[in-house]
Amino acid sequence: MRHPGFWRLVIVGGAVLALEFACRTGVIDRVTMVPPSEMVAALVRMAIGAPWFWADFGSTFRNVCVAIALSIVLGFLLGLVIHALPRLRAVLNPVLVSYYSVPPFVFYPLLIVILGIGPASLIVMGAMFGIVAMISATLASIDRIPRVYGKVARVTRLSPWQTALRIKLPAATPHLITGIKLAVSYSVTGVIAGEFIIATAGLGRRLTLAYNGFDTATMYGLILLILIAMTIVNSVLQRWETRIHRRWYRA
Amino acid sequence: MKQRWTDYAILVSAIVVLWQAAYYFAGPEAIAAPMETVRRLGVLMSGARFWGHARATAVAFAWAAALALVGGLALGVAIGSSRTAHEILTPILSTLYSIPKIMLYPVILLVFGLGLSAKVAFGAMHGFFPVTLFTIGAIRNIPPVLLRTGRVMRLARLDLARDILLPAALPEIVTGLRIGFATTLLGCLIGELFASSEGLGFMLIRAMDIHNVPDIMALTLLLFVAAAAANTVILAVEKRVHSHGR
Repeated sequence: MRHPGFWRLVIVGGAVLALEFACRTGVIDRVTMVPPSEMVAALVRMAIGAPWFWADFGSTFRNVCVAIALSIVLGFLLGLVIHALPRLRAVLNPVLVSYYSVPPFVFYPLLIVILGIGPASLIVMGAMFGIVAMISATLASIDRIPRVYGKVARVTRLSPWQTALRIKLPAATPHLITGIKLAVSYSVTGVIAGEFIIATAGLGRRLTLAYNGFDTATMYGLILLILIAMTIVNSVLQRWETRIHRRWYRA
Repeated sequence: MKQRWTDYAILVSAIVVLWQAAYYFAGPEAIAAPMETVRRLGVLMSGARFWGHARATAVAFAWAAALALVGGLALGVAIGSSRTAHEILTPILSTLYSIPKIMLYPVILLVFGLGLSAKVAFGAMHGFFPVTLFTIGAIRNIPPVLLRTGRVMRLARLDLARDILLPAALPEIVTGLRIGFATTLLGCLIGELFASSEGLGFMLIRAMDIHNVPDIMALTLLLFVAAAAANTVILAVEKRVHSHGR
């Protein structure tokens, strides 16, 4: 029995090869999808040759990073506050669980009126989409902290701030990472959706331009780029999660 | 229970007050006042075309939800019952879950064209992965001692599944179904925003294009209230299932 990672590689590699084959033989026509090898080639060509590439990449990257940071920090703090007030939590619960049923980027045009077309609207959009995942994860992770930890905090007379930082935060971390993963994904979605709708820069705008211009190769190159970036971020977070889980549950 | 209703009343009035305050602060260009939004919703709902759009959304959502829930459950049970399959496939699935699927809308459009199947595909794509992952988790987290008990009692396979596996895994599966339900609706609406010519999402994107603020607000309010109502019902079921085994 080989390592699971080996079989994962086989499966993903096989899927890519099958796609390549289907595209090359015309089972999938060229307007619908270009072969994976050409997606890579298009991506490389853009990265080296296209003058807009790094500017748009940088703009999206910066907006996404700020949005992620905002949603994680604010989401965690709001989660702490809501958890401390059970009555508030009880009434907010239906709102929190329904939040992701309706795409919040319908508010994007309204944001533009307030903040203008530009990075501020996109960042707020991304943070708005990511923050609720973080709030929910924070609530769930504090729920799972064993009661005895709270007793220890009381016995050692820690202040509420010390309890939050020294006990709640570390004890909640394993489950918080799940929230961080979702917050990252949702923040990226929010920023890119905003760029689809109205933006002056960014990868989402380039993607729409390529689609509207029937430039299928560029379009798939950009999709591949986002796919690779998200896979890397996700596997780093996943590794971190496994490590912390192992440390916590070794006993 | 009575306190709960008072709390809801306070929550709703707090939202209305904040909303009204936001209206004064940001002005009618950015946001519609609560009363006007409700009035606008009434006008929309008595319009001739509204119910056709609502029906289109409902049909797309029903198909997408059926695909996501049934497919997710089936794949989740299949992967969850084998440790090897779980170790190999779960990381792939969780990566697919975390990909921002919105960037795939041009692909969906190219493959399915403008219409029902694009919306269904987009919705199912959003709901399928959480349902699968929660089902896998539910099965993998069944305490081994329960299985051993079943073996000691020499239960037949079917009895084992019905009396031990199902009750042990059900709470987490129901949580997964709830999340799958919510994300499927999200996916359908996103699909309608970007890849359709009818439905409530289409009405929304049209209102967004011409910057018709009252329409945007009215439709969002309607969708949110409908989703919140459905989620509250599912949440109540979930609570019962979760407290059952204790």
